[in-house]
Parts: sequence; C-alpha cells; structure tokens
Amino acid sequence: MTIQSKMIEARPAPNSTIGAVAWLRTNLFSGPVNTAFTLLGLYLLYVLLTPTIQWAFINADWVGTSRDDCSREGACWVFVNARLGQFIYGLYPGSEIWRVNLTFATFAGLIAWLAIPRLPYKRWVALATLVGFPVFAYFLLYGGHFGLPVVQTHRWGGLMLTLVLAIVGMVGALPIGIMLALGRRSEMPIVKSFCVVFIEFWRGVPLITVLFMASVMLPLFMPTGISVDRLIRAFIGITLFQSAYMAEVIRGGLQAIPRGQEEAAAALGMGYWKRMGLIVLPQALKMMIPGIVNTFISLFKDTTLVMIIGLFDLLGIVQAALSDSRWLGFALEGYVFAAFVFWIFCFSMSRYSQYLERKLHTGHRR
Amino acid sequence: MSVRPQARPVGQKPPFWRDRAKRALMFQIMLIAAVAAFLLYIVGNTQANLAARGITTGFGFLSNTAGFGIVQSLIDYSSQSTYGRTFVVGLLNTLLVSALGVLAATIIGFTVGIARLSPNWLIARLANGYIEIFRNIPLLLQIFFWYYAVLRAMPSARDSLSLGEVVFLNVRGLYLPEPLFESGFGLIPLAFGVAVMASIALVVWNKRRHEVTGKRLPAGWISLGLILGLPLLVLVATGVPVTWDVPELRGFNFRGGITVIPEFLALWLALSIYTASFIAEIVRSGIQAISHGQTEAAQALSLPRNLVLRLVVVPQAMRVIIPPLTSQYLNLIKNSSLATAIGYPDLVSVFAGTTLNQTGQAIEVIAMTMAVYLTISLLVSMFMNWFNARVALVER
Repeated sequence: MTIQSKMIEARPAPNSTIGAVAWLRTNLFSGPVNTAFTLLGLYLLYVLLTPTIQWAFINADWVGTSRDDCSREGACWVFVNARLGQFIYGLYPGSEIWRVNLTFATFAGLIAWLAIPRLPYKRWVALATLVGFPVFAYFLLYGGHFGLPVVQTHRWGGLMLTLVLAIVGMVGALPIGIMLALGRRSEMPIVKSFCVVFIEFWRGVPLITVLFMASVMLPLFMPTGISVDRLIRAFIGITLFQSAYMAEVIRGGLQAIPRGQEEAAAALGMGYWKRMGLIVLPQALKMMIPGIVNTFISLFKDTTLVMIIGLFDLLGIVQAALSDSRWLGFALEGYVFAAFVFWIFCFSMSRYSQYLERKLHTGHRR
Repeated sequence: MSVRPQARPVGQKPPFWRDRAKRALMFQIMLIAAVAAFLLYIVGNTQANLAARGITTGFGFLSNTAGFGIVQSLIDYSSQSTYGRTFVVGLLNTLLVSALGVLAATIIGFTVGIARLSPNWLIARLANGYIEIFRNIPLLLQIFFWYYAVLRAMPSARDSLSLGEVVFLNVRGLYLPEPLFESGFGLIPLAFGVAVMASIALVVWNKRRHEVTGKRLPAGWISLGLILGLPLLVLVATGVPVTWDVPELRGFNFRGGITVIPEFLALWLALSIYTASFIAEIVRSGIQAISHGQTEAAQALSLPRNLVLRLVVVPQAMRVIIPPLTSQYLNLIKNSSLATAIGYPDLVSVFAGTTLNQTGQAIEVIAMTMAVYLTISLLVSMFMNWFNARVALVER
C-alpha cells in the first residue's frame, strides 16, 4: 500500500460541464424540444432584427437639413434632427431655454441625491423636492418675477411638458394620497366612506374621461367670467386621478407596518398625528418607494393623453410635426424616436424600483 | 410619585375637545359641512354658467336625432337615429374591442409569461425583451404606431396584400370571408353541446373511478377529441352546409365578406400587445411565488413534471395570478377609451366626443360615460372579492 503524502492536484472539470460548449448544451440544446425552440428563437431574431437594423442604422440618413437629404431607403433621422429642439422644448422661446435646462438639472440633482443610498440629509432634500422645488420651477419656467420674461403656457411643449405634467401630478398627488390613505384606515365612518368613494371613483374611470371632464366641466364649475388655463385644468385632472392610485399604494405600505408600532407610540402618549408622522409614515414610506415609482411610471406614460385635450406633450408635438407638409411620410421615424425617449425613462425607473425591491426584500430567497 | 400638577377633581368630565368620541363626531360634521359647501358652490356656479350659455339640463337630448353616421356599429344605426342609440352603439363597440382584447392579451400574456420561465435561455431572453419593450412605451404611442405608421401605410385596394386570395389587407382595412349558414347548420352547435356535456360527464366519472380504483383514463385528450371531432363529423355528414362569402375587388373597393376597419385593428393590436406584457409579468411572478418546497415535495412523491404543474403549481399560482389579472382586464377596458385618438367609434369617441360637441350637454354626457366605466369596474371588483373569498387560504 502506498501512502500519498501530498495532496493530489484537483483535476479540471470535464469539458462537458464547464465552458461555452457545456453552457450551450444545458441552456440551449438540452433535448430535441429545446433545440427546436432555440432554432425557432434564432429564426425569429433573424427575421425581426435584420430589417430593423438595416432600416434604422445601415440604410439610414443622419445628416442634412431637409427631406431632399434623405435617400428613403432607410430611416430618415434628419427629420428628428431638424425638429429636435421642438420635440424637447416645445415652442419655448430659444433665448429662454436655459431656464428649462436649469430647472430640470436641479430636479435631476435632487432626485439623484434621493436615489443614491449613501448621501445624508435625505429628509431635508425630500422636503426641498416636494415643497421648495415646485415653487422654484414655477418662477423659473413661467417667469414674470426677478426680471424673467413671462413664457405663456401655450408655448410649453415637448418632453419638457411631459416632465412638468408628470412631476406636478406626482408632487400634488403625494399629500392628497397620504391623506386619503389615512382616511381610508380611519375609524370614523363618514371620513372612511368619503375616502373610499373618492378613491374608487377616480380609480374606476379612465384618465381620458377625467381629462375631458377637467377640460369641459371645470369651466362650468368656476364662477362666471373666470377662465382656467388649459394646462392648469390638465394639472387638476391628473392630480386627482393620480392621488387615488397613490392612496392605494400608501395604504398597502401602511398595512405592512405591524400594529404594535402604533400601539407602542400610543402607549408613549403620542397623539394621532404624532403617531402617524413620526412612527408609522416614515417606516411605511420607505417600503412604498417601489410602488410609488411604479405609479410614477404609469403616470409618465399616461401624460401622453393630454394631447387629446389639445396640449402638445412629446407625443403631441411629434404627431403635430408629422402633418407638416415639408416632412410628410416620416411617421415611423417620429414614433420610433418618441418611443425611444419614453422607453429610456420608463425602463431606467423600473430598473431602479426593482433594485429597491430587491434591497427591501430581505427574506428567504433561492 | 409626584402629584399631577393640574389634577382634575374626581367626577368632573374632561373638556369636550379632549374627548375622542366627541372630537371624531365634530370632525366628521365639519367634513360633511365642507363637502356640502363645496358642492353647493359648484352647483350654484354651474347653474349660473349654464343659464348664461342658454343650455337646458336634463336627459331629453337623448331622444333627439343624432344626425351623424358611425363607421362601425353592431346594431342598426343611421344618421337618423337618436343620441340614445349613439350611446348604445358606442357602448357595444367598447365592449367588442375590450372582449377581443382581453382574449388576445390573455393568450399572448400567458404564452410570453411561461416562455419567460423557460429553461431555454434564448426563449426566456426573447420573452423578457418583449415584456421590457412593450410595457415601457405609452399605449397611445403604440396605437398611433399601428394606426398611422403601419395600417395607414398599407397599399390601396387595388394592390391589397392577400392571403390565399381569401383574406385581404389594404389601407381601408382587413377583409375576411364571411360564413353563410344554410339550413341544417343548426345540428353543428347541437353536436358541440352534446360533446361538451359528454366530456363533463366523462371527467366526473373518471374522477370517481380514479378515487375508487386508482385507474384513470386520459380524460383530457378524450374530451378534446370529442369536442372537436363530433361537430366535425356532423359537419361532414350533413354535407358542409356553409358557404363562404369571399370579399371581391369591384371597382375601387372590396365587396362582400366581413370588413374590419383599420381603427379597430390598430386599437385591438395595441391593447392586446401592451396589456399582454403586463399579464406576462403577472404570470411569471405568480408561478415564481410558489415556494420551491411545494414543487420539491411533489417531485418527492414521484409525480411526473406535467402533474406537478397541473396539480400543485398551477392551482396555487392561479390564486396569486387572478387578482392582478382582473385589474389588468379592467385597465384594458378603461384604456380602450383611447380609441377616440384614432377615431374608432367607442363610447368616449362617439358619445363624450361627437355627441357632447353637438349638444353641449357636458354634465349629462360625461356623467353617463363615467357611470358606464364605474359600473364595469364595480362589477369586476365584486367578482374579484367573491373570487378572493372563495380561494383564500383558510388559516386558523
């Protein structure tokens, strides 16, 4: 019998279990059915991607100023290029565009601060975003003070208007949503039923009828002689609509907080608002962020509906540009561009919310 | 123990604003007063505004002649019909596109959702790509894409795309052959009904036999054969009493067959594809929500893979899937109102659009439109509550 005094070197795993070939074998060609599916998938990819890439990149025209610069064999990005300013800023006067840029740069900075987990003073930044920023944005975008010329709202449009609508809807809906959610959990029967009816009403009707209502019925509700700006009407409709959805998200978050938290706070002698504001809501809001981001994504997509009541958001202005007689026949390019912009925004937000969900989900996983 | 500084004498009640019950009562009275004052203010303003514009309120306008045509209607409709009939036509069109949309979205959604969990890497990636692309693009944009960039860019009637010279697609819509039933066709639905009944009986008998003897027949396959085979047999036996009215090009347009207007096609495609991406996610997360212990336990009982799915995973997954699925159906029905952007004659388009503009009866029209959608959502959420109560796990 021989005694091995040294450890035998581990042999490499056989080629059939590691490496590219093994990966292909387990994931793509593990059996006849799987192989058939893989081939089908490859064929689908080929059929879909080849013409798309040909159209969008290889045969596309990128530079130029008019439709004569387009060969019409592929996409004519010249159209998007020539209209890019309008697509982003609407009819905002060219010399004032820095105001829009500054507003959204500030907003991006605030959101980045809130989104990066490590940075401190979250509560104050959140307060600044919810209260300070809307005021700041109003003075900057609308003007009329501090020597800034007024820019009427009918000149607002494009991506800028889409963002303004979504952010106003969100910031306006958050406090109303919190109140409605608290009211729905209240023990007072009238408050509770009022909140239930309010929430279920707005959740039960399509946004488009809400916008119709805001644009045709709101003027009737106002005292005679007072007219409301069309943008404000859209704001009101979107905020009311969104607050109902927000309330349901917040209610879900509130339900996740164990009852003991509130009871403990009551035992310390705290009143209702202190219990909610200091104990329950701060814990609940943190858990609600993924849900809030998700409703924001759907709000962001839903803002496109304002074009039906005559506002020119990103989709509205693309649609309007398509009927320009100098640029007829570029519908595909316009829609692909708008879809790309919306997709980038929505996809990155949904990724962020998934990341948060994973971070909050600390339970047993496999 | 220190003495409370301002102890109340025994027997004296606290002031009413410190009493929870009274405070709640006061708060609620204040809320009612505020809401009532707000409503009164609005009603007053509205009456003043309506008087100033010379609009009379009431639902009398519903019996007036509408005076406009509708491009697609499931019931008899002409421009001589009343606004009331316009309402019904719009409602039926909404229900038609919603029902077909729900059907298509369910089929696509379940297929993609299951494909997303496929062990095949490529198929799973493709399904994921579908989900991520379509749910992150606004629905209205997708409707416009299908309508303006695809269907309106189709060739004219003379150069129609055709499928075997039977189905035609051109800028005016999709033309399908229409089945014309001759006498004797009534036997086929009858045969279908008999087959369904027989299948149900077979399944029940099979289940009972399985419980007693442990033996079972492949009842699913037998039923499928019965349900498909029997009507087919009757069809052949009666000499195929169906003729097809194939659309034909006459002059500048097609005659005969069924015409599907491009507005309907665009809306239906966009609604189905968009909603399917959400349904796929729901199906995926529903199946993943079943803990591995369940599948492992079923495998430990040496159940084959298809039975593990059918008896263990799917029944539990459906419990997770159905509630969000119903709310997606509801979303689809509400989203069908986007029809107005491309001119598909749904409820919002013909009633809250054209009728409102012609009559000026904003309040009545919007209220009726909203009431329809509210009723639908109420019915669906009632169903959902009933379903939840039925399938909920009974704990303790």
